[in-house]
Amino acid sequence: MNNPPDVAQDPKEYEEYAHGVQKHVRGYLMVGALLLTFTAVTVALSYVDFGALFSRIFRVNLSPAQGGKANITVALLVAMFKAGLVAAVFMHLAAEKRLIYRVLIFTGFFVFALFWLTYLAWYNPIVR
Amino acid sequence: MEIPYTISTRPDTGLWNAKIGIWLFLASEVMLFGGLFSAYVFLRLDAQPGEWPHGLLNVPVGTMNTAILIMSSVTVVLAWAALKMRRYGAYWWYMLATIMCGIIFLFVKLYYEWPQKFEHYGIFIKPAALEKYEQYLGNNRRSEKGIEPRIEISGHLHNPEALKDANIKEYEIGLDPVYVDPNNPANDRPHFLYVPPTDHVAKIEKEDVERIDSFGPWHSAYFASYFTITGLHGAHVLAGVLVFIYMWLPVSKKLYQRNPEHLANRVEVSGLFWHFVDLVWIFVFPLFYLL
Amino acid sequence: MDASTSLETHHDAHAHAGEHEHHELGWWRKYIFSTDHKVIGIQYGLCGLVFLFFGFCLMMIMRWQLAYPGQALPVVGKWLPYFFGANTMPDGKMTPEFYNSLGAMHGTIMIFLGVVPVAFAAFGNFVVPLQIGAPDMTFPKVNAASFWAFGVGGVIMLTSFFVPGGAAKGGWTSYTPLSDISDKGPGFHPFLNGQTLWLLGFIFLITSSLLGAVNFITTIIQLRAKGLTWMRLPFFVWAQFVTAFLLLLAFPPLEAAIVMQLMDRTAATSFFLPAGMIVNGAPLHISGGGSPLLWQHLFWFLGHPEVYVLILPAFGIVAEILANNSRKPLWGYKSLVFSVLVIGFLSFIVWAHHMWLTGMGSTVSAFFQTTTLLISIPSVIILSAFFISLWGGSIRFNVPMLWATAFLPMFGIGGLTGIPLAFNSADLYLHDTYYIIAHFHYIVAPGTIFGLFAGIYYWFPKATGRTMNEFWGKVHFWPSLICMNVIFLPMFLQGMLGMHRRWYDGGQGWTLSGEHIWGLTGFQWNTPISWAAWIMGLAQIPFIINFFWSIKHGKKVNDNPWEATTLEWTAPSPPPHGNFVTTPVAYRGPYEYSLPGREKDFTMQNEPVEPAERSRRVAEPALVH
Repeated sequence: MNNPPDVAQDPKEYEEYAHGVQKHVRGYLMVGALLLTFTAVTVALSYVDFGALFSRIFRVNLSPAQGGKANITVALLVAMFKAGLVAAVFMHLAAEKRLIYRVLIFTGFFVFALFWLTYLAWYNPIVR
Repeated sequence: MEIPYTISTRPDTGLWNAKIGIWLFLASEVMLFGGLFSAYVFLRLDAQPGEWPHGLLNVPVGTMNTAILIMSSVTVVLAWAALKMRRYGAYWWYMLATIMCGIIFLFVKLYYEWPQKFEHYGIFIKPAALEKYEQYLGNNRRSEKGIEPRIEISGHLHNPEALKDANIKEYEIGLDPVYVDPNNPANDRPHFLYVPPTDHVAKIEKEDVERIDSFGPWHSAYFASYFTITGLHGAHVLAGVLVFIYMWLPVSKKLYQRNPEHLANRVEVSGLFWHFVDLVWIFVFPLFYLL
Repeated sequence: MDASTSLETHHDAHAHAGEHEHHELGWWRKYIFSTDHKVIGIQYGLCGLVFLFFGFCLMMIMRWQLAYPGQALPVVGKWLPYFFGANTMPDGKMTPEFYNSLGAMHGTIMIFLGVVPVAFAAFGNFVVPLQIGAPDMTFPKVNAASFWAFGVGGVIMLTSFFVPGGAAKGGWTSYTPLSDISDKGPGFHPFLNGQTLWLLGFIFLITSSLLGAVNFITTIIQLRAKGLTWMRLPFFVWAQFVTAFLLLLAFPPLEAAIVMQLMDRTAATSFFLPAGMIVNGAPLHISGGGSPLLWQHLFWFLGHPEVYVLILPAFGIVAEILANNSRKPLWGYKSLVFSVLVIGFLSFIVWAHHMWLTGMGSTVSAFFQTTTLLISIPSVIILSAFFISLWGGSIRFNVPMLWATAFLPMFGIGGLTGIPLAFNSADLYLHDTYYIIAHFHYIVAPGTIFGLFAGIYYWFPKATGRTMNEFWGKVHFWPSLICMNVIFLPMFLQGMLGMHRRWYDGGQGWTLSGEHIWGLTGFQWNTPISWAAWIMGLAQIPFIINFFWSIKHGKKVNDNPWEATTLEWTAPSPPPHGNFVTTPVAYRGPYEYSLPGREKDFTMQNEPVEPAERSRRVAEPALVH
């Protein structure tokens, strides 16, 4: 939807275009509903003790600290899914120009480097 | 010579100028919040057992604010779609809804959530005295189960004059529910629902206290990052609201009549910014409220 | 700002001569609050040069203390207290606090208020749109906002000298926890103190850089002239493009860190303060739980790309001038472009080599040592390509070329001496010594700043329609070159003897070790170094006079005095608002010098390719490229 036809010059083509927009609007509403649902889901999931749950399902013995990590992972996965929806649909990243993908790929890489290398330096000191 | 591609797209990139501009700006914003969140991760990893607080925020209000931001994201994209279909009236209403959502979000944050924190106190107990307050902390059971210890007792401070007056030897604190019933397994994991302090008042001697602070940014690395990140996020919301108000005022009608596509582009660009602000909140919410 | 006035009056006359369809703007809108990229570029340039000289003056004062510690500074020392405050230099003798302020502010001003504004903002603003055949930047108002944010940041930084307690003292890196707790307590204002103002000023400077970077990248992507494909861009544009990306993506984490330090200082948080801090014998009332290392990570995440922000524009300038004055295409254009892209990419993942002393484990060290060494490869490719570009050329040693050729060995020394620092075992010894000072100054002082001088002499005719005086340009060049080396070469030796870079007394006590280099102890070497610095200060006077004198009285020249090939030389000098008389179209690469079978030895980018030439190109590819 990035290259709308010039309305003044080409009303007919514009009509088709507006029809297309109308279809998108339904998508936006659905994504909005999905986001609200998953907000509720993530709040609900935070009440679940995933440490205990995984211990029972996979027959392992997770410590409370490991259980906490399981909860963090689940919450972040939900958050990433929601963020992905916002980025892909509301921000039109699902169908965007190559240039913008390139910029974002580099940015993503550098954010990753910032997180990962800082973590690595914390994780691997000579003495702690 | 006029500057080309302000509204129309450049053939080889398929984009108009401001679209590239806003995405570059958002890339830098990703790095900005990336820096803040990496600080959050770093500090949380660095925290000693018991040092990182859990469940101190008001989850229902936080959930409501999250929903408000999500709805505003929907309305702004609908506003843009309305402009694309050349329906200014619908655009006007959607924009108004977006602005209202932004204002409600800020209002809740500034006049409800934040001020509440400054009236709530946390008392950090000296390691040697932890045993003395076992009835509030329940650390024996926690260490048996391998849960990190509690080192803080929080609630409503009944004698705030004790903060200044050296003659008063103890703090009287209306306990948060967790400390009334510390051995209840339901309290093992962070309590989420906001519940007001109980009537149960505990007396804590000053000589056992390592530090007493309200839930301001000075309370802990947790609240420091909470206030910094939500503050910066709030500043972004405010900026977005101001931009939207400008695009909603009668000047926008003039621009619409002159060149509707120009207004649509402006709304798209500021909408992208708004969605990004929403996206940041989607991470802020679980990281601070739920985990 | 007199300079811009006189410069603009001339500009004005020209603008009136050319045809004008725009309505006339008032004087203020046209020359002060302008949105024209050329005016903004010149504003940036003049402010940046003033800051460069100011930062250099701070260092010249420090050099006295290093050479003659504890002695009263003659002449200047008497009136400096009137300027900076009575506590700074009582009886002309420098206090340790003032020495620390000067050191911190020298670094900050030189890098963020001097070199970045001149190298990136001034040259980028003035030259890039002209070189790509654009009428202006894509967002002229954002461009103006960028300049004024820079202005506010600069004013805040300067103001900090005059608040009680003086300017920031924590070094340009503002390492925590020192800078969290410095400039606090009795005698300091809670907000208007040196370090807090430093942080506030920085937020404005970062904003300015971000706005500039967004604008530059969009301009280069969107406003290239027809036919000016990516591989036909002048190398300078490539360098600025990568620089803009570095600023865009590396600055925000530092901005985050600065906001956090500001919170630490004003809202009593403990982002960078561990528990149990004791200051002046009393425990601090803080929550603790912060990490001093976190600041270093976030700071150097910017700090290292920043090094390339300083050097890449200079690479670009030097490339243009080398090709122009050797009358030969730039050797290995494509490998230069890819090298600069690789440098930009790698510069983000080498930062922790500034932190070898923080006790990182072998895994992390191995990673950062490897990336650090990898990044030297593209740097060496660039330098080699520049040297090879000179081979077989018919070199014209005019003033820009002198600076550009001097850049090559100077940058070479700076770069090669950095390699030992990439290994943490060697760095443990050399860290924080004068060796480091010498190493990075060789890159930014006789490196970048020589590149900047080259660029000023080179593009001056485009901005004014007149050239700067050749003779006085040489009087500026030779003493500067000699003094630079007298200043920085001995510092390598001092550093290897173990002299620490932050010693207030210049290492006077440390002479006891009795080691001599060429008859002088490490401390005694301070004296010749300081004299060279002061002489170099004098050597800038011909430049300043030449610069302002030439604006009105320099030799008038045509639009393309250097017989260059890139598009900016097709515009009138000085270019009117909107830049080009006819919309430029590019038909060929940027460096088509000495094309065989042509009358002139240069072929401009907007000259169409003739059929005869096309067949020759196929027949003799080696000669063309």
